[in-house]
Amino acid sequence: MKAETASITGLKSKLAKPALKQKGANHLAGYVFISPWLIGFLLLTLWPIAQSFYLSFTDYSLLEDPVWTGTDNYTKIFTSDATFTKSLSVTFMFVLFSVPLKLFFSLMVALALSKSIRGMNIYRTAIYFPSLIGGSIAVAALWRNMFGIDGYINQVLAWFGIEGVGWISNPDTSLGTLILLNTWQFGSTMVIFLAGLKQVPQELYESASVDGAGKVRKFISITLPMLSPVMFFNLVLGIIGSFQTFTSAFIITKGGPINSTYMYAMFLYEKAFKHYQMGYASALAWILLSIVAILTVINFMASKYWVFYESDGGKTK
Amino acid sequence: MNSLRSKLTSHLYLSLFSFLMLYPVIWWAGASLKKTEELSLPTIWPSTPMWSNYWDGWHFSAEYTFAHFFGNTLLMELGNVLGGVATAAIVAYGFGRLNFKLRGFWFSILLLTMMLPGQVTVVPQYILFNKLGFVDSYVPLVLPHFFGGGAFFIFLLVQFIRGIPKDLDEAATIDGASVYGIFLRVILPLLKPALVTVAIFTFIWSWDDFFAQVLYLSSVDKFTVGLALRMFIDQFDIQWGQLLAMSLLSIFPSVIIFFLAQKHFVEGIATTGLKG
Repeated sequence: MKAETASITGLKSKLAKPALKQKGANHLAGYVFISPWLIGFLLLTLWPIAQSFYLSFTDYSLLEDPVWTGTDNYTKIFTSDATFTKSLSVTFMFVLFSVPLKLFFSLMVALALSKSIRGMNIYRTAIYFPSLIGGSIAVAALWRNMFGIDGYINQVLAWFGIEGVGWISNPDTSLGTLILLNTWQFGSTMVIFLAGLKQVPQELYESASVDGAGKVRKFISITLPMLSPVMFFNLVLGIIGSFQTFTSAFIITKGGPINSTYMYAMFLYEKAFKHYQMGYASALAWILLSIVAILTVINFMASKYWVFYESDGGKTK
Repeated sequence: MNSLRSKLTSHLYLSLFSFLMLYPVIWWAGASLKKTEELSLPTIWPSTPMWSNYWDGWHFSAEYTFAHFFGNTLLMELGNVLGGVATAAIVAYGFGRLNFKLRGFWFSILLLTMMLPGQVTVVPQYILFNKLGFVDSYVPLVLPHFFGGGAFFIFLLVQFIRGIPKDLDEAATIDGASVYGIFLRVILPLLKPALVTVAIFTFIWSWDDFFAQVLYLSSVDKFTVGLALRMFIDQFDIQWGQLLAMSLLSIFPSVIIFFLAQKHFVEGIATTGLKG
């Protein structure tokens, strides 16, 4: 889930590049150097992908050999597994809210932090700090205490005359609590926006000022288009990452109450490693992969209409 | 006058916002010294600090103290960081400098794997490690780091290597150095700052990689700090003060590294687009 903007945007050009020139080629040494990755890729990625695909058509409990059952797993998942439907809709809700919230929030904060004033590094560090520790089980424990019925959040709300609930034990608010925790860790997304803001050429703003453009106009006509590749990058990886949320649901709410936070990754984990239904879990994994792949492809296709690349704009690289 | 005023407003808003962002963490530090009854208060400092929370939390398990769990985690981290740093550099040199057949193809595959949800590979990986008898050992946690340390780090180092002037390689070639010699004597020394970044992030991310730990480690003797905390949370009657004290201790290694290497974080992250 971690990469630079260029990794995605560069992927297309990389694939389109003609075969490298043979001059100075050193095939053997090249393969010697990449062999650690290549072996790992074949052994721990490619082979497992193939095996997972095969297992998704079987019944396999780890103790006995896999039994071929055709498309039974998929049929069962799509027609009679209420938990699947529930956990998928919970996950979609989570993605639908936390991805845009995080994007919006981190962009706003990045804009505020991109000014040059003294002590800015202190603010940046302070605001980035929660993201450094946010994914840990320690913070999950903290969150569980803060948002419990006796947690201090309710005390603060009481000052404003709002009667608190058990944020975690109430099915109406439990998912929101996890979304809030996720949004609190907007730091890495923000840092990427900050890096993107630094890349915007200052001349653009200057010439816009000469033309009499105001602040809002500059933001809409310069900042947003120039940031759109970074935005696209954050959107794609944000969606992929959010679909795999696990620790917070596993520790804070344990998927409950009444499955209101039963995230897909947790459902899959329990099918595989609690009930030892390896075939069924593999089918779930392939459904997840298909969803993520389809969304990513849609994202790439839609990007033509809103992502602005300087090189497309007539300028040569 | 106007600009001074706008600067002051900026400072006011930024410090307020920073305070709001950090408040849960500040509260956490105070809460680790609180009695259970006081934990529902938003105040920071307890009426009587319970230093015993740290002592009792440290000894919460009848069999082991947290020293044991910290030792386990650091041991695992040693393997992860060593494996990641060494092999990421080697692989990145191959992709960054050498011309070989299908290089573009493999590099694209490498980038694609960054987008692959781990759920697709986790079941067969578990089956594989189970067959090899490595479940309930550190092998499934540490070994993957020896295969290039992760696609992201390779990508990061390739970018870095491409920024190193090729004249240096050519000069070394004229002096009779082989590609291996160039890697060891020219590239590797220059790669040091980037490798520090790789080491730091490998450390912090492995520390928090709870999923792999809960999946592969089952005997308490081998538990990491994260798993010990989970055991703590799952107790029938949670001693919250003690739990928060130990949770706070558990983030210390990452926090210390964060502040020691702050230059890398604040600048390094901004230039490389590293996700934390």
